[in-house]
Amino acid sequence: MTLHTNRRGFLRGGAALGAALVIGITPEGALASDAIVEVNPFVRIAPDGTVTVLIKHFEMGQGTTTGLTTLVAEELDADWDTIAVEFAPSDNARYANLFFGSQGTGGSTAIANSYMQYRQAGAAARDLLVRAAAQTWGVDPAEISVAQGVISAGGRSAPFGEFVATARTLTPVAEPAVKDPADFRLIGNPDLRRKDSAGKTDGTAEFAIDVTLPGMVHAVVLRSPRFGGQLVSFDATAAAERPGFIEAKALPTGAGVVVYATTTWEAIAARDLISAEWDFAAAENRSTDELVAYHQGLLDQPTYEAREGGDLAATNGAIAGAATVVEADFVLPNLAHAPLEPLNCVIEPTETGVRLHDGCQFPGITHPTVAAILGLDPAQVEIRTVYAGGSFGRRATPSADYQSEAAMAFDLIGRDRPVKLVWTREDDLKGGFYRPIAAHRARIGLDAEGKILGWDHRIAAKSIIKGTVFESVLVKDGIDHVSVEGAADTPYAIPGMSVGLTDAESAVPVLWWRAVGHTHTAYVMESLMEMAAERAGADPVDFRLSLLTGDNPDHRRLTGVMQLAAEKAGWGTPLPEGRGRGVALHKSFNSYVALIAEVSTDADGTVRVEKVTCAVDCGTVINPDVVTAQMEGGIGFGLGAVMRNEITLTEGEVDQWNFPDYEPLRLTDMPVIEVHIVPSTEAPTGVGEPGTPPAGPALANAIYAATGKRVTRLPMTRSGVTFA
Amino acid sequence: MAITLTVNGASRTVESAPDTPLLWVLRDELGLTGTKFGCGVASCGACTVHLDGVPTRSCVLPVEAVGEAEITTIEAAASPSASPTAQAVQAAWRDLDVVQCGYCQSGQIMAAIGLLEETPRPTDADIDAAMAGNACRCATYVRIRAAVHRAADTMEG
Repeated sequence: MTLHTNRRGFLRGGAALGAALVIGITPEGALASDAIVEVNPFVRIAPDGTVTVLIKHFEMGQGTTTGLTTLVAEELDADWDTIAVEFAPSDNARYANLFFGSQGTGGSTAIANSYMQYRQAGAAARDLLVRAAAQTWGVDPAEISVAQGVISAGGRSAPFGEFVATARTLTPVAEPAVKDPADFRLIGNPDLRRKDSAGKTDGTAEFAIDVTLPGMVHAVVLRSPRFGGQLVSFDATAAAERPGFIEAKALPTGAGVVVYATTTWEAIAARDLISAEWDFAAAENRSTDELVAYHQGLLDQPTYEAREGGDLAATNGAIAGAATVVEADFVLPNLAHAPLEPLNCVIEPTETGVRLHDGCQFPGITHPTVAAILGLDPAQVEIRTVYAGGSFGRRATPSADYQSEAAMAFDLIGRDRPVKLVWTREDDLKGGFYRPIAAHRARIGLDAEGKILGWDHRIAAKSIIKGTVFESVLVKDGIDHVSVEGAADTPYAIPGMSVGLTDAESAVPVLWWRAVGHTHTAYVMESLMEMAAERAGADPVDFRLSLLTGDNPDHRRLTGVMQLAAEKAGWGTPLPEGRGRGVALHKSFNSYVALIAEVSTDADGTVRVEKVTCAVDCGTVINPDVVTAQMEGGIGFGLGAVMRNEITLTEGEVDQWNFPDYEPLRLTDMPVIEVHIVPSTEAPTGVGEPGTPPAGPALANAIYAATGKRVTRLPMTRSGVTFA
Repeated sequence: MAITLTVNGASRTVESAPDTPLLWVLRDELGLTGTKFGCGVASCGACTVHLDGVPTRSCVLPVEAVGEAEITTIEAAASPSASPTAQAVQAAWRDLDVVQCGYCQSGQIMAAIGLLEETPRPTDADIDAAMAGNACRCATYVRIRAAVHRAADTMEG
């Protein structure tokens, strides 16, 4: 695959978007009387006038099916209640993420990269129907108006369906004019409901785990208990006790044993009866304490200077002349994503090859990977994307890990029947691809007036990107950008800053976890900001604003959200005894989020998160309620992780087992969340991830305000914080 | 061994091994996939169904232990003939766009219906007690709580 630009790259001009609008008429034949009109790869109009939007991104709950459909419906003036939604097939040529050059969802780019593309797709459909109506009625296209799926001119009006036959004879335009944002009626409309609500409320929404095919067998995999372990031998004799057991086969990679059965339960139960021997020579055999000490040791001598213009010697010189120095070490643990739908997919034989049913996050990677494993031409592989029961990054492995297992399992049993491969929750928590452990060390020198003179910031973490298909794009001069994002490129005007990076080596597989590097850098940066403010004797909000006085969009927009959150949260107003407020401000995925958390503590110090006030600037808002929902959920996801979650190893084996010891955020933990969106006409930016990074530090700072306890080792429960 | 169950008002005979959790009988044998697998250890609530009207974790309930109890799944709770409570809950969930990924929501809804059948006007503490066991990794909890209150409001009408 090819990656044309940074995973979080900026939109590269409008021309490329127009060029992507390849026009084609239905493959069934343009002259067929009942043919559907395929206006472009994104919009299809049925003979009865039903408009279907093809969604090139997957839906993991972040609202893409609603957002992308809104863009088309807006420009087409379609009827929101009847416009239909369908996931696009796997096809890099037509459905690439314009920021990646390959089909895939991630980096909070789904709306940002599609904004003009889907609007133009809708506008082209509208133009086509308007010309068809003009021709049918013999009127000037300029006299025609369109509203909610009905075309009108003079005294006449008719629904889209009336003009489909004529529209089919016309050629769609490639670069139609789009609306003036002042004319938007759907984009920005707070009353537009989600397209996926009904199906996800009545149980009919289809996830991959729900796919059931005739003759399908169910498979689970017995994997090495240590990362990097290799299968030596296994004994499946006892598994024959299970009535549904079919057979067990070693994966060709040596990574495990595939257990096949007639139902999921039979596969799980049979696997429990199989014993295996493993070779751990190349495995990760260390325990978490050793791994943490190893990471901290790497901070002594950073390999890379990751900050543009950073100079550690100069930073040290500046700190040497400081009146006071703030020093702190932080350790942030491995985290599992634990999407509630355990990883799974279904692969079935077709007449020409195979079909994969998957909540597929990166078709651009999964498609060629599955083809290669099965020795097929990519044209023989079809991916049918279905709803994903969460991801938080887990479904986006650069190796297509679980789909590869499924392809191998399908091959091993003879490629003659559908195979559903399911991970259990235990497989998920013990199966790796975690947020890397991150160790940070910082020394901040302040002068007698509390101004920063130098900031020596060092990070050690295992690179997520090195050794993957993304390396050529996201690693520059040896520096994995995602290890330092949010610190090395902090928008704060910090003088004398150096950000050192050292890659940690380990066999534990690591992966982006909702907001990636920002999940640890924001925690550390915003904790340090508070510590420096205190040392400077400054108000935490004022201290931050004093570093954001530049005449540039980052500073203006960060200031905007900070001031809005402070005002809405009543920053500076008195609080009852035992309560505390904490601030965090962070830019990620080109969006700006300020949070103010408020906690209460009871007599024995038990903490309750009472409220989080959020201000977000994510440019043009497509659906305000979805943005609000993503802030609520993103904040909750961040809070739950810093409160209680960590994956730890003992002699290479994962200690955690299931939700009872990797406790997810619960209803009872959830604070009141108040979301304020900054009105904006800027291009839309990320929404799925930016709420998460500031949640942890806002809570940490509130706990400090209430209790005087500064948490530098996560999770907070490990550092002695107890939650109600 | 054949086991006879009452599922959504109908008698169904299944051939599953007796130790099979009810969840997998519903999903893999009866094709009722609205009930979800999340953890397998009664710790997330995605598998919640009603047994004689009581919210129950189907992932740890061996099918042989179900006996005569009437099983109700999301498929029945979402049907037009569902109880007024179930309909009010469905409507509230849609009106507030509670869902994100949606995977836990069948279980959340079954728990909410169970709560409201028992306690038509629940306090926040009642909601906490009844629903803390239903995990949502998307953290839609703000809206889950609001939707339960809204459903109660509608029923009081």
